[in-house]
Amino acid sequence: MSLSNKALQLDDEQRLLHFLTIDGLDRSILTEILDTAEGFTGVSERTIKKVPLCRGKVVANLFFENSTRTRTTFELAAKRLSADVLNLNISASATSKGETLLDTLRNLEAMHVDMFIVRHATSGAAHFIAQHADPGVGVINAGDGRHAHPTQAMLDMFTIRRHKGEFVGLRVAIVGDILHSRVARSQILALNTLGVSEVRVVAPQTLLPSDARSLGVHVYHDFDEGIRDVDVIIMLRLQKERMRGAMLPSEHEYFSLYGLTERRLAMAKPDAIVMHPGPINRGVEMDSKVADGSKSVILQQVSYGIAIRMAIISMVIGTQNLRTQEVAV
Amino acid sequence: MKKKKKDITIRNGRVVDPGNGIDEVTDLHLSGGKVLALGQPPENFQPLLEIDATDQIVCPGLIDLNVNLREPGNEHKATIASETACAARNGITTLCCTPDTLPVIDTPAVVGQIRHKARKAGYCRLLPQGALTKNLDGSHLSEMAALKAAGCIAVSNCYTPLANTLVQRRAMEYASTFNLLTIIRPEDRHLCNNGCAHEGKVADRLGLPGIPEAAETVAVARDLALAETTGAVIHFHALSSGSAARTMAWAKREGRKVSADVAIHQLHLTELDLEGFDSNRHVRPPLRTDSDRDGLRKAVAENVIQAICSDHQPHEADAKSSPFPDTEPGISGLDTLLPLTLKLVEQGVMDLSSAIARLTCGPADILGLPLGRLTPGYAADICIYDPNRQWHVSAEQIHSAGKNTPFTGWEMPGRVTHTLLKGRLVFHEERL
Repeated sequence: MSLSNKALQLDDEQRLLHFLTIDGLDRSILTEILDTAEGFTGVSERTIKKVPLCRGKVVANLFFENSTRTRTTFELAAKRLSADVLNLNISASATSKGETLLDTLRNLEAMHVDMFIVRHATSGAAHFIAQHADPGVGVINAGDGRHAHPTQAMLDMFTIRRHKGEFVGLRVAIVGDILHSRVARSQILALNTLGVSEVRVVAPQTLLPSDARSLGVHVYHDFDEGIRDVDVIIMLRLQKERMRGAMLPSEHEYFSLYGLTERRLAMAKPDAIVMHPGPINRGVEMDSKVADGSKSVILQQVSYGIAIRMAIISMVIGTQNLRTQEVAV
Repeated sequence: MKKKKKDITIRNGRVVDPGNGIDEVTDLHLSGGKVLALGQPPENFQPLLEIDATDQIVCPGLIDLNVNLREPGNEHKATIASETACAARNGITTLCCTPDTLPVIDTPAVVGQIRHKARKAGYCRLLPQGALTKNLDGSHLSEMAALKAAGCIAVSNCYTPLANTLVQRRAMEYASTFNLLTIIRPEDRHLCNNGCAHEGKVADRLGLPGIPEAAETVAVARDLALAETTGAVIHFHALSSGSAARTMAWAKREGRKVSADVAIHQLHLTELDLEGFDSNRHVRPPLRTDSDRDGLRKAVAENVIQAICSDHQPHEADAKSSPFPDTEPGISGLDTLLPLTLKLVEQGVMDLSSAIARLTCGPADILGLPLGRLTPGYAADICIYDPNRQWHVSAEQIHSAGKNTPFTGWEMPGRVTHTLLKGRLVFHEERL
């Protein structure tokens, strides 16, 4: 059985049951997430970096794909909400012994886990887990295949709002491997939902989806044109294996056409900011001078990631709590 | 010793026999397992059984050109017995099964085993397709003369690509030596690139690796050129794109010796149905756009595509219990073949006679077999259904061992009440 994104992610009162994709969520929910995160930014600066919102809850980090940054910030976020955190590096254990995803899920549910934070190499994996999870168990997508990485997109929105105040009127350019990027897909949905005036994607045709315009973007092949007068530049990581398989000829040509240099950056708005979901390939997608320069907000993205993830975890656990209470009554 | 087949009269049904241009309310008389006469019975004809078909449709038994019955080798998914019984319940009297079993249908022994099991079950005529290459390896030709002698009605390499265009050419040439039809699933494996959905706006948004339309059109163009060179008769199975359908229309105008079928689900579902990642909609070739579906419908209505098949791929629940791209492709289609085709009539895509033709004389003519018509002397393979009965698809209503249908909850027109195979009642509905 398939449910629309909206039906799967929201309860009747439009509260988050799971957080799987930006697709189907409206501006008020995204704004609520950003506002909630705003309230959590202070927690990290206190001496006691904890709030008791999720005390007694068990959050499982279910990572079928390697990750350092995302897993760590999720872990910190859950711990600052006073939840107990299980870190499961599944790629190294169960699946290599032939256990199915469903069996892994059932086993963890038997341990009374309240939330799964899932990263998986296959598009749709987080949906699959949400569709099969017990009622009362929330699922957060920490990246599935090429499909979605909605918490990354929300921390990027948070970063943009902190620097620009409003979304209306902004021009944003996303540069690089759009085709394989779950980050780009989620960012495009979030930016359009929050009402920016233009989202541009800049890439050679081999790194673009077949019908990129249908995602709601303007397509540029020339970076010099695509960067003109933009307020926000989001650089995507280029996976080195794209050099094989006839996607790109060389890193050298890629950098000369799509690398972000100080010369190119000067064509954007004077107060433009530079973002990157990390980890950066210096000299491939971005010059070190730009990455470490005054317009770069890359490290702030990482810090904001904790507040955003606290907001989403607490919202989902809150809704699931209500759901189990309703069932109990 | 064989029992003498009963003489039967099917009374007062609306007989739809598109192969003979017949559509009238009349009686149909069967004798000795064969069609005897329509209308007035011969003198002294004394039927032992009479079936009242008032307000029902009486048509030739349906022929499904492409089904995978999973036996031998994957009996946990389905068996010849389970699926032929399911076919009988659904008015299907002839099944052509694909050679991608374990072991592959590439020796007379496997052909014999399959035919024996089907005969033993006794529900349905089973016509195996032989493998085009040994073990479907794509390089070494199978012993096609022996396969034909053992009862194969065509040869195919299924999903497995041939090593190169030279092997493709040689295989077609060798098959044509024995007047064996070559069935091709047109698919360029390089362009497929491990995709699992139509390359387009939905796959773009869902982040599903795409299969471009060109994966099909390139293969169709290549194989049409090879067929022209070799003079071989070829059949394209399971077209999915409007563009390939238009190429077929052109080939037909040119008088090429080529035919095509389409899987019934391609005439109803599109890429938009992939929202929500329902793995029961994971099929190969993938569901494409609205305009592809409309192009395929047009080609079926105009008889450019002469046959509709189920492309039956029964699966156990586990095969579909994973994230979408990791699941096995395919739909369990026998139970919905006739109703979904009748739905096309309801929707005004074509008239009833054309719809029945695509399930009877259309596939029979592709195979060059004397089936699919109620011509006197032909085998008395008959499907009788009640066109006024509506039903809802649910797991309990699916009689195949594979419950993997994307049509759960759909309202379906038409319920089969009787199926006869060579004049023998292999299914009749128990009335309460």
